[in-house]
Amino acid sequence: MPQIPSSVVPNFSDQPAPKSIQLSVALDGAGWHPAAWREPGARPADLFTSAYWADLAFEAERGLLDFITIEDSLGLQSEHFGTGADHRTDQVRGRLDAALLASALGPITSSIGLIPTVTTTHTEPFHVSKTIASLDYASNGRAGWRVQVSSRRHESEHFGRRDIPEIDRKWARTEHGRRVIGELFDEAADAIEVVRRLWDSWESDAEIRDAETGRFIDRDKLHYIEFEGDHFSVKGPSITPRPPQGQPVVTALAHAPIPYQLAARGADLVFITPQTIDDIPHLVAQVRDAERLVNRTGTPLLIHADLLVLLNETQRGATERLARLNASDGTDLRSDAAIVATTPQQLADQLVEWSAAGLDGFRLRPAVLPDDLRAITRGVVPALQRAGLFRAGYEQDTLRQRLGLPEAVNRYAAIA
Amino acid sequence: MSTRKQIILGAHFPGVNNTTVWQDPDSGSQIEFKSFKHMAESAERGKFDFLFLAEGLRLREQRGKIHDLDVVGRPDTFAVLAALSSVTSNLGLIGTINATFNEPYEVARQFATLDHLSAGRAAWNVVTSSDAFTGANFRRGGYLDRELRYERARELVQTARELWDSWAPNAIAADKQTGRFLNEENAGAFAHTGDQFEIRGRFNVPRPPQGHPVILQAGDSAQGREFAAQTADAIFTRHGTLDEGIAFSRDVKARAVRNGRSADDLKVLPGVGFILGDTDADAEEINREVRLQQVSPQTAILLLEQVWNRDLSSYDADGPLPKVDPDVESISIIQGRARIVDGVLETAQRYRALAEAKNLSIRELIVEVTSRGLFVGSARTIADKLDEFVLAGASDGFILVPHIVPHGMDRFVDEVVPLLQERGALRAEYDSGSTLRENLGLTPATPATVWAERAGDLEAAAS
Repeated sequence: MPQIPSSVVPNFSDQPAPKSIQLSVALDGAGWHPAAWREPGARPADLFTSAYWADLAFEAERGLLDFITIEDSLGLQSEHFGTGADHRTDQVRGRLDAALLASALGPITSSIGLIPTVTTTHTEPFHVSKTIASLDYASNGRAGWRVQVSSRRHESEHFGRRDIPEIDRKWARTEHGRRVIGELFDEAADAIEVVRRLWDSWESDAEIRDAETGRFIDRDKLHYIEFEGDHFSVKGPSITPRPPQGQPVVTALAHAPIPYQLAARGADLVFITPQTIDDIPHLVAQVRDAERLVNRTGTPLLIHADLLVLLNETQRGATERLARLNASDGTDLRSDAAIVATTPQQLADQLVEWSAAGLDGFRLRPAVLPDDLRAITRGVVPALQRAGLFRAGYEQDTLRQRLGLPEAVNRYAAIA
Repeated sequence: MSTRKQIILGAHFPGVNNTTVWQDPDSGSQIEFKSFKHMAESAERGKFDFLFLAEGLRLREQRGKIHDLDVVGRPDTFAVLAALSSVTSNLGLIGTINATFNEPYEVARQFATLDHLSAGRAAWNVVTSSDAFTGANFRRGGYLDRELRYERARELVQTARELWDSWAPNAIAADKQTGRFLNEENAGAFAHTGDQFEIRGRFNVPRPPQGHPVILQAGDSAQGREFAAQTADAIFTRHGTLDEGIAFSRDVKARAVRNGRSADDLKVLPGVGFILGDTDADAEEINREVRLQQVSPQTAILLLEQVWNRDLSSYDADGPLPKVDPDVESISIIQGRARIVDGVLETAQRYRALAEAKNLSIRELIVEVTSRGLFVGSARTIADKLDEFVLAGASDGFILVPHIVPHGMDRFVDEVVPLLQERGALRAEYDSGSTLRENLGLTPATPATVWAERAGDLEAAAS
């Protein structure tokens, strides 16, 4: 573990006011530790009820977090990455459709952003577009989308329409492997482009209700998107009018150059996974390189780091808690993101320090729900507020505004 | 409470067509969530069984242009119903989802999720379309032959049932003490091989609370009736007169029985409009005004074009019918909705005869011939009519289509519902914790294997 200073007290006397830290949580089942569901406060029997998710969203909103993300995939959870479901009976298996879950949270929350994961490989972009647009309506401008490529063979077998080879690390580095993965990500970039064009395919003032001429809409303000790509074509326009945000916030998790390029081509925000503070400049540089490589114009990607967090009032308590959970699961916790077992204050200090190293914010993956979510909202957030780096209340209405993204300009209206 | 036959009631949030009188000052948004919320809350206040949402996957065109006279645009069915699940507690949530442009794993997952989120209130109205016009919005395009539409739909529903059955009802132990989350090692395991789908793997949503969400099917053709009789829990029809309703109900229920089911396993639910007035005469007056708003001169011409299949834009809606006959050769002038193909010339003959006999203009004719399935009258009259239908066996209930969004159900709930409750035709309260399946009086979900056996028996009997 890197040495973390016990308290970082920023001294900005002759510098501009420090930039606020953007903060979100990634919700998944009972939490990111496979043994989380066995903790005393866990509600494993409720994982498939709306009440469970509503309580988590309310807690995140009480903590003034920017948004929650909801994990999803088209396959059953497994301890193996590429080869399909396992036969374990001692871990959480099964999950609800994240986009519908987010939609259910829309009308009962009032401020927090809602970002479900929706895959691009098998799911029709036309469906994705209207689903996220409708989430934006049901939440009054708080919708986002975490784009996920579904590269796994067993998931393609759930659809039976295409053959995706089994991907492992070694094969992924071969020429054939690189080409297959590259194609999946190219297709995902096309899917994002289609979704975004569909969001723009109605100008905001297309509905005119002109009793004089009997016209409900001005059809000149509706646009065919005429997308033609290597993998599919889509005509448009959408059946759903342009959502309140114009363009809901598009995000992607990325660990390597090809995914960075996907984010740079289509996303507003990228989640990265530095293991130490020393990784940050290098990873940020890779993201910026990817932006140059794909000729990104407009707003640079917001960069958030993912951290898997397990919190306790004392450092020793946190360490012991992790050990206890590991023993309960039978293996040590592994993750693509750095695992931080510490106190809320120390985590806040780390966020301040890492953020100064070049990040816009963080997505925390609570190891145990609701325990670590509460430690974030009731421990980490107040510590950041004390440091003057986190809001005292929700101010902006839409998720785009809160994240400092510019108003979405409609590409078709701009041309007209 | 009496044991007399209950009326099933659903509220249809009107889709994109000329039903909704958007010119009316009381007409609100068709898109904003608060409209859906208001209508759902009204329906729930009225102890309705469900709210019904239609779907469209491409904006309609006529004469090659996007249709702009009627309501255009709507949000996603699944997203709206999921959002409604958290602001209602007893109302069934019926989504129309196309069987052509969806895949079984995804659609089964979405309905299972909706059923979990709503604690057993999800239902699927299965519709089909296969035209390349709608397909242009999807990866695979319009890849399906017309005659394969129902075949794919049937197999899609069967496959979804197999996926819903892939988790045992007690698959989740969630036992912290023993460390057993699952009671079965292979929860969700499935393999389906058929003409339309060949898929295998593990389904990743536990068994829905209803076992299988309720299945509805819309369609009056012989093929559609047979599909419903083989596959659905309820059939959505357009038969709005008593005699038509009785004949239709007898036919589809007999088909259900031939498919090894009981007549009561298939509920008949016509979609009907209604116009409520203080008196019958008052309602008739309102109806005349509403009908003229629904059928503007431009709309009258467009609706006539759908039969004539010709550009009639040079005709005067207040003038007589065209002298030319319908064009039955050319491709459809309308895209994005079913074209009337059979009996077009006979229809035109009938229109001409009617217009001549009653001296009707184009618009007056269209007003007259498109007002099927409409109940007009005072609250008492409408309550009597609804009841008469159900007691006569013409239907098991109704899907009510208001002409104003989002307040179109309010007056029905305030005035007609109490009359129905008085005579014991509608519940006074929901049964606590009941599912949609239970509210509709349906039996518990029949396993997918039984549905498959029935289909197999039929094939064997046919061969």
